Amino acid sequence: MEAIYAFCVGILTTCGFFLVLRGRTFTVVIGLTLLSYAVNLFLFASGRLKLNGAAVLGQSAEYSDPLPQALVLTAIVIGFAMTAFVVILAMRSRADQGNDHVDGNPPEQLPKYSAKDKRGN
Amino acid sequence: MQHLPILPILIPMLAAVVMLLPPLSHSIDRHRLFAVPVMLLLVVSSALLLLKCHHNGGQMYVLGGWQPPFGIVLVADRLSALMVLLTSVLGLGAQLYACAGDDKEGMYFHPLFMFQIMGVNGAFLTGDIFNLFVFFEVLLIASYALLIHGGGKQKTKANVHYVVLNLVGSSIFLFALGTLYGTVGSLNIEDMANKVPLLGEQEQSLAKAGGLLLLVVFGLKAALLPLHFWLPKTYAAASAPVAALFAIMTKVGVYSILRVHTTIFGEGAGALADITIPWLWPLALLTVAFGAVGVLASPSLRLTTSNLVVVSVGSLLLAVAMQREAATSAALYYMLHSTLITGALFLLSDIIGKQRGKAEDRYVIAREMKHAKVIGIAFFIAALTVVGMPPLSGFVGKVLILQAAQGMQEMVWVWPVVLLAGLASLVALSRAGTTIFWRAAGGDGGNEDRVSPLKFIAVALLLFMSPLLVIFGGPVTHYTQLAAVQLHERGPQTEVTLPQEGANEY
Repeated sequence: MEAIYAFCVGILTTCGFFLVLRGRTFTVVIGLTLLSYAVNLFLFASGRLKLNGAAVLGQSAEYSDPLPQALVLTAIVIGFAMTAFVVILAMRSRADQGNDHVDGNPPEQLPKYSAKDKRGN
Repeated sequence: MQHLPILPILIPMLAAVVMLLPPLSHSIDRHRLFAVPVMLLLVVSSALLLLKCHHNGGQMYVLGGWQPPFGIVLVADRLSALMVLLTSVLGLGAQLYACAGDDKEGMYFHPLFMFQIMGVNGAFLTGDIFNLFVFFEVLLIASYALLIHGGGKQKTKANVHYVVLNLVGSSIFLFALGTLYGTVGSLNIEDMANKVPLLGEQEQSLAKAGGLLLLVVFGLKAALLPLHFWLPKTYAAASAPVAALFAIMTKVGVYSILRVHTTIFGEGAGALADITIPWLWPLALLTVAFGAVGVLASPSLRLTTSNLVVVSVGSLLLAVAMQREAATSAALYYMLHSTLITGALFLLSDIIGKQRGKAEDRYVIAREMKHAKVIGIAFFIAALTVVGMPPLSGFVGKVLILQAAQGMQEMVWVWPVVLLAGLASLVALSRAGTTIFWRAAGGDGGNEDRVSPLKFIAVALLLFMSPLLVIFGGPVTHYTQLAAVQLHERGPQTEVTLPQEGANEY
């Protein structure tokens, strides 16, 4: 279980960072979402992985650490709020700049679609 | 009096919520009339908190009466009380300036401003690092909205970079927290400080990774060298009162480095003692150097000021890297000075920019300003202070930092870099002053609006703090010394933070 879990967190983080480093706001937002999923899973695992362990004392012989679950809950709420904000900001920036490039002006020698994009506005 | 530690968080939060509700929600005049007294109240309560902490060393506030380290605690010691007071004073200045007209450019300026102050105060007062994260997010989301206040292409562009960078920073912050919780088993700063020296050998390397990840995050907020590229453009794009308030945000990063890496990974941390110092030294030196280059290269007054923020952060982190009480004390003094003065400079450059028509605050020939004399005097004082010329607070701060470096191996690096950065600032600001005030063409723009006196009051309020810091230099440095001692000596602080009998019965 640990190996699969660690692998999943690793893959999510790698993909997240790869997408965040892209040039367009859409992929960057997707990257940020993946990163926040990876973070939530990671935080969850920081209290050790356990099967059949209730997070309440006295309910079962083995109990799991309740604190990471509280942390993950907070992190999820904050992560959603931030993602919502960054989506709206990306739309605003698309409207203000006329393109969805993070820097505001896509490099000229990009493939055709970027040139079309520019003419469209 | 018992509830003083939580007031700097509660007051702005409640004020912001009230301003979003009906009788106040849709009138900017009512917002102003409500927000200014609230801010004064905040200054008073922070001052009371400071006095209280000065007398009895500090107080722990146990939220909900839950026994620490399991519950959430607020810790008001001398250092955090000082930072909270600094935030309130800077906030008051920025808010007065905003009331002169800048708050009309967009919606909900005052509530957002309050939320940001709540986040900053919370970050200073919290006693565990997960809540540090939460308050970071509170202040960040308010700052995202404030940064775009007023709208425009420039602001959107700067904001996209700022938001994406900070969201990545938040993810790294959470990774660091998870690593630390997994190894140390606690998130309460004081509790962690007790547990870190007891870690087994295998866990040490993991905890070290967590600690260094935290340095990356705080470095990003503080604008430490490889992570500072977002700062100049962002701050230059923000509207003036927002930029002035942002002067405290980099200091939140510096404060967190000071807190986490002195208390948890400080001298008492056994094998993990001072893990960040070898990184902090070269990075802080390079930050000062690159900031100085940026100051020289900036084409406008706002960019110059933003780069001055980078220089001041570098100097502060140099003092943090020295890891001795004298240096920390110097850093606190310098922090007070540099935050207030860069805030004032942001406000001043906005006044100048609005007076010069299309030239704004760029260093080009433009028409004459209407209030050239008053603005000129204010600019002269601000420039002298920020460069570090004798009678004012910048000089004292720099001397304290240089003195603290005396007798260290690293002095060979610290002295020349700090002094040359001062020279670079002097050159850049003299050039700025001569261009802006002396190289004018044509008469003044006669039909232009006069500058609202409120703006001058706001700038004067912040500038006036500099002579005050010098006149009351004795008490102030005495206080910063006590705060530094409290931060470095784990003994007395443990006393404050661990629950005394009856302390958690409210």
